[in-house]
Order: sequence, then C-alpha cells, then structure tokens
Amino acid sequence: MGEDAAAARRAETLVEAALAGDRLSLARVLTAVESRGPAGEAALRRLYPLAGKAHLVGVTGPPGSGKSTLVAAMTSALRAAGRSVGVIAVDPSSPITGGALLGDRVRMQVHSQDDDVFIRSMAARGHAGGLAPSSGAAAAVLDAVGFDTVFIETVGTGQSEVEVAATADTTVVLEAPEMGDEVQAIKAGLLEVADIVVVNKGDRPGASRTASQLRAMLVAVPRVGRARGALADDRPRPNAPDVLVTTATSGAGVPELLAILDRRRAAPPDERRVAAQRARAEDQVWAIVGERLRGRLETADRANETRAVIDAVARHELDPYAAVDKLLKALAS
Amino acid sequence: MAERPLKVLIAKPGLDGHDRGAKVLARGLRDEGFEVVYTGLRQTPEMVVSAALQEDVDVVGLSILSGAHMTLVPRVTKLLAERKMDDVLVVVGGIIPNDDVAALKKDGVAAVFGPGTTIAEVAEFLRTNARSRA
Repeated sequence: MGEDAAAARRAETLVEAALAGDRLSLARVLTAVESRGPAGEAALRRLYPLAGKAHLVGVTGPPGSGKSTLVAAMTSALRAAGRSVGVIAVDPSSPITGGALLGDRVRMQVHSQDDDVFIRSMAARGHAGGLAPSSGAAAAVLDAVGFDTVFIETVGTGQSEVEVAATADTTVVLEAPEMGDEVQAIKAGLLEVADIVVVNKGDRPGASRTASQLRAMLVAVPRVGRARGALADDRPRPNAPDVLVTTATSGAGVPELLAILDRRRAAPPDERRVAAQRARAEDQVWAIVGERLRGRLETADRANETRAVIDAVARHELDPYAAVDKLLKALAS
Repeated sequence: MAERPLKVLIAKPGLDGHDRGAKVLARGLRDEGFEVVYTGLRQTPEMVVSAALQEDVDVVGLSILSGAHMTLVPRVTKLLAERKMDDVLVVVGGIIPNDDVAALKKDGVAAVFGPGTTIAEVAEFLRTNARSRA
C-alpha cells in the first residue's frame, strides 16, 4: 500500500508538470493512465475535472481506408489555423503474443516536431470494440492539458466496432470508394453511429458514386414504433449523417470536413450528444466496476478459490452464471 | 496487474531507403510480445527523439545502412539526454563497421546488432537491459 501511495505522489508531480506544458511529463502521465494502476488513477483524479473543453473527434473505418492520413491532413489544416491537436491512435494487439505493431505515426511524422501536436499510439491490448481499454481516459488527459481538438483513431474496423461513438463527441466514419453496394449501407452497425461519413480516396474512380449511394441510403431513422423485443428506446435516433468526399493525400475536401466539425462543435449539444456523453460515463464506470470486482476476487487470499470456480466452469461442472453468483456471494460474506 | 509490454520505437534516421530490415525486426519484436512503434523512412534525429518522447518508449532502435551512423547516432543520444530521456535504451542495427562499435558505445549505445543477428537475440537483450518501470 505504501508503494501505491508513493506511485500516486509521483503521478501528482508529473501531472502538474504536464499541465505546465512539459511534454515528457505528459507522455509519462499517459503511460500511467494506460497501465491502469494507482498512478494513473491519481492522475485522472486531478485531470478529469479539467477535461471537457476539447472537441473529441473519433475517426474510424476499415483498414487502409486512410484514417491516419486523414487525421494528418486535418491536423495540418488545424495547425495552419493556430489550433493545437492531440491524437490517440489505436492499433491491434496480437491475441497470441500480446505484442503490437503501431504504425499510425508513419503518416503523421510531418507533425512530430511541432510542440502543439501530440501523437500517442496505443495498442488495443485485447480490448474489442476498436479502441484500447484506456483510450477514453487518454483522450481526457490530452483534453485536460489544453489541446483544442483530440482525434481518436480506432483500429481498422469492420462492421460493428461502434465503441468510438461513445468515446468521441463527433464520429467520422471513413469509407473507401467501391466498397460495396447500397445493401452494405443499410446494414446495422458502424454507419449507424456516424455523424459524418467520409468517402476518402476521392481521386479514385467511383468515389462520387459511392458518396451519392451513401447519401441516398443513410437517411434519418424515423422515430416510429419499434419491433417487439427491440433494444430499449433510450438512445436517441441518429440524424442523417453528412456525407462528403475527401482525398487525404492532397487535402481535397479537408476544409469542408473541418467546417462540418466546427459547426457540430458550436451547435448546442443535441440529445444525441448528451446521450453520448452519458454513455461515455457509463462505459467508463462499468469498466472500472468490473476491474475492481475482479481485483477483489484476485487478492492473495481469494485467488485460489476464484481459480477453482473458473476451473469448474472449464470442466462444465458449473455454469458461468452460477459461478458468478458463487463468487459474488463469497465477496459479500 | 499484468506487466506492461515493453514499448520499442524502430526508426530509420537518415536518407537510405532500405527499410526491409527495420520492418522485419518490427514484425519480429511484435511476435516476441513487444509493443513496437514504427515511424517509417527518412527521419531526422529530432523526429526520432520527439516520437520517442511522445510515445514514452523504453527502447529506441535505429536502423542505418547509409554509413552515416557516426553522425546520426550521437545526435540521437545527445538529444535524448537533453530531453531527460537518458534512461531509454538505444540500440543500433544495420551495416556498422566493427571499428565504429566502440565509439558508438561510448556515445551511449547499448548494443550494435549486425547482419546475422536473430530476432530472439535482440528480444532477449532488450528484455534484460531495458529499464524496468511500473
């Protein structure tokens, strides 16, 4: 416990230096937050109340659709306007070794020496949903130390990694030209959570046709009766997203994209954004509830008992529900 | 809590365009369980050090085949020291004449890995020598 207190004190010193503008301290605060230990906890305690001013922009889309290149292009334009930019770029971790190859910086290196741009790569560390377990917290750190805009770039996503929508204020979904017909656009999932759909690689054939197909299909979902057994109706229905074409490598379409982002940022928060903020808080709290419970079940005096229950599930002697009831009961006693 | 994976920056400072070795190593270290940040070709020492700082890496690996290592490497180690990052392990790979190895080590390089080094050797060296952190 003394060790934890010392780690927390060290974190407090780092946080104050980070707030004063020291970038190495900021980098180390992010490491602490990413490690989810007592130091990261102490750092967030100080920083979380300072966050909430930046525009958090999620950027998601399939591998190779140009997320990193588009983030770099938007960063250039924002810097030209004198605005500071933080980037959290997530790449997948190996499910086998836990290792990761974080390559998003390759497209962003032109900004690496600008003190008003801070790029941090994160490995997903086994977390599903397109982000790392601490991406939201890391974005809050960059927000708290004063970056104007924080981009949260997900791993290359498929159809249903929608977690970023609960983490960001505004979600940009990238599509590449000719990635599918109208039916792809009416499937549930990623496109549903888009505030802005960007057809990138606009210099390729088919880009404008892809954009008009998306525009035609992604109309607002009417608020009418819902099917029996549908999810609870506490999530506001999305508006029709803006659809536009960019060419990130040349910068074409980027000013238009930034104008839409600024318009969204300036608009009074609609019920969807309020719901997103609430969902973000909920995700964070429930994740920590899970971690804390697990921590209590894995303390030295309980670990053996917990492992025995899990082994019983593995042998099919106990079903997972009964196992959890048993573990929770043991905690309560 | 699980131990956090070591974070390694693999960078190619200078102007040679031969990044096969750097990519093979980056991929190999990924398979050894490291979190590897790869930054691409033609980096200045300043770019390498900024990336290392923002990413808070434990190790900086420099791949140089151009012969400019006696200029580039000391510049990287000097910048790391200036930015209070002298606890970051610096290793060099590529084509480095034996005669230069001692001088590089004097400049703060922990190891020089020439052709024929296996990924497992590099991984083992990094695990043994990189700073240990919470």
